[in-house]
Amino acid sequence: MTSNIAVDVVDVSKRFRLYHEKYYSLKERVLHLGNNPYEDFWALNDISFEVAEGQTVGILGRNGSGKSTLLKCMSGILQPTKGKIVVRGALAALLELGAGFQPELSGRDNIYLNASLLGLSRRDIARRFDDIVAFAELEEFIDNQVRFYSSGMYVRLGFAVAVNVEPDVLLIDEVLAVGDERFQEKCLDRIHQFQAEGRTIVVVSHSVALVRQVCDRVVVIENGKVITVGPPGEAIRAFRNCLLAGEVPVALPPEEPDEPGAGEPVVLPERRVVITDVVARHSGPPGRDFLSPGDTLHLELQFQVNEPLSDVAFGCEVLAGSTGFVVYSCDSSMPEFGQIHDLDPGRYRVEFDFDELPLLDQTYTINVWIQDAGGGVVHARLEPATTFAVVSSGRSTGLMKVPLRIELSALSASGSAVTAAG
Amino acid sequence: MTDVHADTGTRSPDGDAVADVSTTSTLISQKRQEELADRAVRVAARGSKPERIVSARVSVRLRLVEIWRARELLVFLTRKEIKVRYKNSVLGFLWSMLNPALTLAVFYILFTYFLPNHIPFFVIYMFSAMLVWNLFQTALLGGTTSVVVNAGIVKKVAFPREILVLAQVGSGFVYFFYQSLVMLGFMIAFRHGPAWSDIWILIPALAALIVFVSALAIFLSAVNVYLRDTQHLVEVLLVAWFWAIPVVYAFSGRVQAALQRHTIFFIPHTRLIWLYFSNPITPVVMTFQRFFYNIWNARSTLLTPATLATPARPAVPATATTPALPAIKATPAVPAHHLPISVMSHYPIHWYVGADLAVLGVSVLLFLGALVVFGHLEGNFAEEL
Repeated sequence: MTSNIAVDVVDVSKRFRLYHEKYYSLKERVLHLGNNPYEDFWALNDISFEVAEGQTVGILGRNGSGKSTLLKCMSGILQPTKGKIVVRGALAALLELGAGFQPELSGRDNIYLNASLLGLSRRDIARRFDDIVAFAELEEFIDNQVRFYSSGMYVRLGFAVAVNVEPDVLLIDEVLAVGDERFQEKCLDRIHQFQAEGRTIVVVSHSVALVRQVCDRVVVIENGKVITVGPPGEAIRAFRNCLLAGEVPVALPPEEPDEPGAGEPVVLPERRVVITDVVARHSGPPGRDFLSPGDTLHLELQFQVNEPLSDVAFGCEVLAGSTGFVVYSCDSSMPEFGQIHDLDPGRYRVEFDFDELPLLDQTYTINVWIQDAGGGVVHARLEPATTFAVVSSGRSTGLMKVPLRIELSALSASGSAVTAAG
Repeated sequence: MTDVHADTGTRSPDGDAVADVSTTSTLISQKRQEELADRAVRVAARGSKPERIVSARVSVRLRLVEIWRARELLVFLTRKEIKVRYKNSVLGFLWSMLNPALTLAVFYILFTYFLPNHIPFFVIYMFSAMLVWNLFQTALLGGTTSVVVNAGIVKKVAFPREILVLAQVGSGFVYFFYQSLVMLGFMIAFRHGPAWSDIWILIPALAALIVFVSALAIFLSAVNVYLRDTQHLVEVLLVAWFWAIPVVYAFSGRVQAALQRHTIFFIPHTRLIWLYFSNPITPVVMTFQRFFYNIWNARSTLLTPATLATPARPAVPATATTPALPAIKATPAVPAHHLPISVMSHYPIHWYVGADLAVLGVSVLLFLGALVVFGHLEGNFAEEL
């Protein structure tokens, strides 16, 4: 990698003044002169990092962490309150598709205007004009006013212009990651092409999958501060920690038996069953706070039964990340487990052992509950029982790590064909 | 990276699979290294690049460089401005000429038939000043609101925002050009020739006007983001400003005499005429009248159009070299209804050029100052809008 720095962020801080009331007119300004309460909010706090030329850097952070502010500062839309950002080479920031489209103008005029706003010279636009139109698939409508375009055509045109701006440094906001699948694929293809051409890319995202897929280095930001700068695996781990910090820790503190139900999410009013303790353990090295694909997970639930119960079953489900997609759900009354118990009052322990969790990068949640085998009544439910992150070191994305091998064999090839699989 | 592949390997039923996986992984990492090396070569091939600094303080020199780099954008934005304004209107572009034409007609009727000011070829006299005034007014009003109006772009795209203001000045200049064509039409109709040999004096005048209005508009556009009163204030001020330049009245004669007689706000030893000439638009307007109108006093109207086309220069000695404070020969105040009235002062040509260059000089300083202020305020545009 070259030692040239494409983007140098030096001690950048950004302060926002949050006025309780905003005054725009002269009269109001004069009336409230020196009497307009505000709070200082530092969206960015002494941020420093470098992006080498040709590198693809991801900025990870949850909503409100300051990552978009940082991107706006890098692009020059906002000026930092302190510090500076040095950018070498032509820079283009894609924060919004079709920003500045004039509905009254034709598609042709808008291509010129928009591309010019993004920093393309007239000659370059003229050279790429046909590509842009072809990419947007708008050959027939290019001389129509943009206000007659459908929203799909509008987005296509904005995207076509955006990807045909070929700057040295490209800043992409996650807005580009929205849209349908085909759209995202096109976007990703273009990012890979840019990488191959030696361009520098900075991507802002909260999508771990995207960052893992495209980035060489990742900057994790939380509360306007840099948490970590490093290779994707390491940084994503730090990001996960940030996410988890605000949520339920892996092991819950034991509940006091004489205060049954305190802090318990869902319990039947009768309180026939009280969950008193949850312990989660994984098979990885002690102290590691995430799972690798293939690690085992051991979940231990302690509960107290206050009156005799019959036909009790234990259920659990694994949910993926923020989407709440159910990866797996079962209860012990199902035929494959075949466990239905009658319980006398007393303390019990039930263990769930996941021998293998072939999962990929995500934060997962496990919920557990104690139910009546016939369905219907849930005696106690803990939601979430534990939250854990999976960090894999591969680049494959999705939910599941599917065992896969890819092989190529030459059936007939001239010359010295290379067979990668050997 | 290795532990996972090893993981997968151990769980594979046969030993071959383990080998396969690890070979593939080394192949992948090799491939990746090649890719990176390849990329490095391409990075090097891209060559040296201009540097750009984003910080709270950006030097004026840098701002000027950025504006210069965005000159093509200026053209596109100007074109957009003109296209969008008259899109979907039946008369379209004609409106840019109809509007001043109507003003012209109203003032012509008023000052010829109802309040006669006895200015010969009044239409030409007024139109030559209106050319300047319309450019100034359109550019200033449009420029002041330009940043607020274009909030959508300002919040989402990075480019030197001064360009938005300059595009308004640019579109004002295009209208100016078309109105000049109308002016030529008038001159042909009235068989009134301009001082062709002195056409070059329009260059310093136009330069002064454009730099001045750009400076003012850039400053006001930034202030308008924070104080939305600004645009209304500008509208009001423009109404007053209009009467502070000789458009519908002749400067020489009664006006000039009165200006020399009165003091500024009763401050002793001051003359109102100093204030009058500190208005940067005045010298520009006078220069335009000097070229287009090209008549010194009403007696000239007695001359035939043929002689008007190449008028004799008045043999007036150079009275002043400092343009801001012209020492004007006090002409006896002649009642307006007595001919001859003097429509324009008998300044030599270099007085006009000197005055315009002085305005240009001051305007350049104002422009740089406006860039500094704009740069200071620009940092928070995106959140204020």
